[in-house]
Amino acid sequence: MKHTLVALVENQPGVLQRVANLFSRRGFNIDSLTVGTTDTDKISRMTIVVDGANTQVEQVIKQLYKLIDVLRISDVTNDRTVDRDLALIKVQATNSTSRAEIVQLADIFRGKIVDVAADSLVVEVTGDEEKISSLLHMLRPFGIKEMVRTGVVSMTRGAGLAARLGEERLEAAG
Amino acid sequence: MQKLNGAQILSECLLREGVDTIFGMPGGAVIPLYNVLHDYPFKHVLCRHEQGASHMADGYARATGKVGVCIGTSGPGATNMVTGIATAMMDSVPMVVITGQVPTYMIGKDAFQETDTTGITMPITKHNYLVMDVKDVARVVREAFHIARTGRPGPVLIDIPKDVTTNVTDFEYPEKLSLPGFKPNTKGHINPIRRAAKLLDDARRPLIMAGHGIILSEAYDELRQFAEKTQVPVISTLLGISGFPETHPLYYGWPGMHGMYYCNMAISHCDTILAVGMRMDDRVTGRLNAFAPHAQIIHVDIDPAELGKNVPTAVKIVGDAKQVLKLLTEEVQENPAGEGNRLAEWWQTLNQWRIEHPSLALPDKPEKMSSPWILRQMYHVTEGNAVLVTDVGQAQMWAAQHYFFARPNTHITSGGLGPMGYALPAAIGVQYGRPGEQVWCITGDGGFQMTLEELAVVREENLPIKIAIFNNNYLGMVRQWQQLFFNERYMAVKMWNPDYVKLGEAYGIPTVRASTLEEVVPALEWAHKQEGPAMLEFVVDPFENVFPMVPPGASLQETIESVQEVAPQLAKVAAAAGGSSGGV
Ligand SMILES: Cc1ncc(C[n+]2csc(CCOP(=O)(O)OP(=O)(O)O)c2C)c(N)n1
Ligand SMILES: [Mg+2]
Repeated sequence: MKHTLVALVENQPGVLQRVANLFSRRGFNIDSLTVGTTDTDKISRMTIVVDGANTQVEQVIKQLYKLIDVLRISDVTNDRTVDRDLALIKVQATNSTSRAEIVQLADIFRGKIVDVAADSLVVEVTGDEEKISSLLHMLRPFGIKEMVRTGVVSMTRGAGLAARLGEERLEAAG
Repeated sequence: MQKLNGAQILSECLLREGVDTIFGMPGGAVIPLYNVLHDYPFKHVLCRHEQGASHMADGYARATGKVGVCIGTSGPGATNMVTGIATAMMDSVPMVVITGQVPTYMIGKDAFQETDTTGITMPITKHNYLVMDVKDVARVVREAFHIARTGRPGPVLIDIPKDVTTNVTDFEYPEKLSLPGFKPNTKGHINPIRRAAKLLDDARRPLIMAGHGIILSEAYDELRQFAEKTQVPVISTLLGISGFPETHPLYYGWPGMHGMYYCNMAISHCDTILAVGMRMDDRVTGRLNAFAPHAQIIHVDIDPAELGKNVPTAVKIVGDAKQVLKLLTEEVQENPAGEGNRLAEWWQTLNQWRIEHPSLALPDKPEKMSSPWILRQMYHVTEGNAVLVTDVGQAQMWAAQHYFFARPNTHITSGGLGPMGYALPAAIGVQYGRPGEQVWCITGDGGFQMTLEELAVVREENLPIKIAIFNNNYLGMVRQWQQLFFNERYMAVKMWNPDYVKLGEAYGIPTVRASTLEEVVPALEWAHKQEGPAMLEFVVDPFENVFPMVPPGASLQETIESVQEVAPQLAKVAAAAGGSSGGV
């Protein structure tokens, strides 16, 4: 089963390497991993999607906690969350019919056309994994020339995680 | 405020951490550091190979419970210490390893003797640092020592570029630590402790498995009090040996691949296990899916990641062995010894196993040279008072089996990594940590060849270490595997050896060879009486095997006790198939 983990880490050099190392060392596969800044520059936030049995994921979390730079990890798989992935998709568009159809599809998925060339369009779309996968599925027949996805970032709705994360954040910042 | 350079700040911080002894070797990147050591009261021990320095720091740490410190230069100095760091990591030994690095402005340029030391050691350290600014030196050293010794101990590496050691800044010792991501829980929650007590009160066939954690947290009295209050038998892991007196009536030996037959039976038949400060290593558990099939397991460890990692547990208790055992002893019901002992029937079974399968029985006088017998005589000659530091292989196992360790922390060995060549340098570290004690280095001929350059240190420093080489002219443990599991197809196990008496002479270490049974005890007595260093070479039978043995892939229940049992047992194991195996 896929699990989404959210980790707050100290913004130290090498922290990404430590986390990535741990996964390969313990034989766990990462589906996606994103890192970004938070409101404090001392702390970064990672969203890690892993595939594995519950006991395995529990072991990953415990091992991650042992990294000194890791402040907090939460398995938000069963929480109510907002999940966002962003994709840039370069689609073949050699004639006006396909061009129109692609624009229409992008529209339905609340995507944007961010680049137009003689024989292609670049569609930008954000959403959860499923939404992006369905758009991809629809665009495939036109011919996908290039594609990149950022990987999922995740945030719990309401107070949830924020309360749990608060204490460490303050301490690391202060 | 005092202006100091990075090397001085490092030294000031080492002083404040109570460091008295440093093991290492200088080189380009650490010359500025060595330059200031003139002005500090540390004893510096010059290793002859940095692997030696790393094992010395390890031995020192295991012997004292303090943080061991070693220094190596950048590049080869650092890579030579990798084995010692990994050893300390696997066995939870507190160490601070200081490595030089090329100057900050040369990092990434493939400079002379540049290696990515923090990259190499990331998976084998508890934490590591590359210090890029002299202003960070004091904080980093303070944190490194705290991390190394707090919670589950382990090695921390500080990689320090040359210019950082020469740059100058105001020195202020950071009194306060800020490590929000590092807060080990030592106390142990009362709820799981109460549940554990209940399980133990109800148990009919309970067993305590005591690991290295007992020694690391110095929980000797707490373990004894718990065992005596409940009359529960105590078995230890290889690294747990000497955490509980082996001469105590409640001690029941140690289990696993070369453990006592009866211990393996006890695990296979018990109904409750209290595992303290151990990590369910495959050498202890045998085939996992057949480990302790009837037992509810209560697991106590300071590292939450160990609980449930390898075996399912009924009760998980995160905490320091000493504190948890204390609370647990308060919570359990008393079970008085003698008449009315609730566990009388269990003890009867245990005693019966021990009578029927006396794994450690030896003749008073064997017919020919025998390594187990030599070790038993060593026990008698030293009156059980020595500290044994053992290498890896057959001799290691025989030492663990046939010497009886009654005093706390007197058996020191590398259990997790098992690097040949560990014993001599580790013994040097142990001797520095416990100068008043008689330290014996027990090694095979193969392992001894790997780090014998440190004999120079023994001589130079006149350390009274007694070195016993068990020379079978073979990589004995591997030969045993080839004999038992590879149809006697011996490959790369027979070894030419130098003349160890002459070698000893060359190093200025008095050496005696014992090739016959009659020579053994006099040789041991001679060494025991030497005030300075002494070396013994025992020329032993190349075809001795270590038994009992759990064949690779077998369960503890399938322990064999002789060569004749190997073939039929292997056939059974193959039929059952699967599970863990692992190598030598
Ligand atoms: C550095 C290293 N290389 C290889 C091994 C594999 N190994 C384990 S025991 C052993 C044989 C050790 O021979 P020796 O030191 O003579 O001890 P004996 O088993 O003969 O008592 C070997 C090669 C190891 N443990 N460590
Ligand atoms: Mg040998």
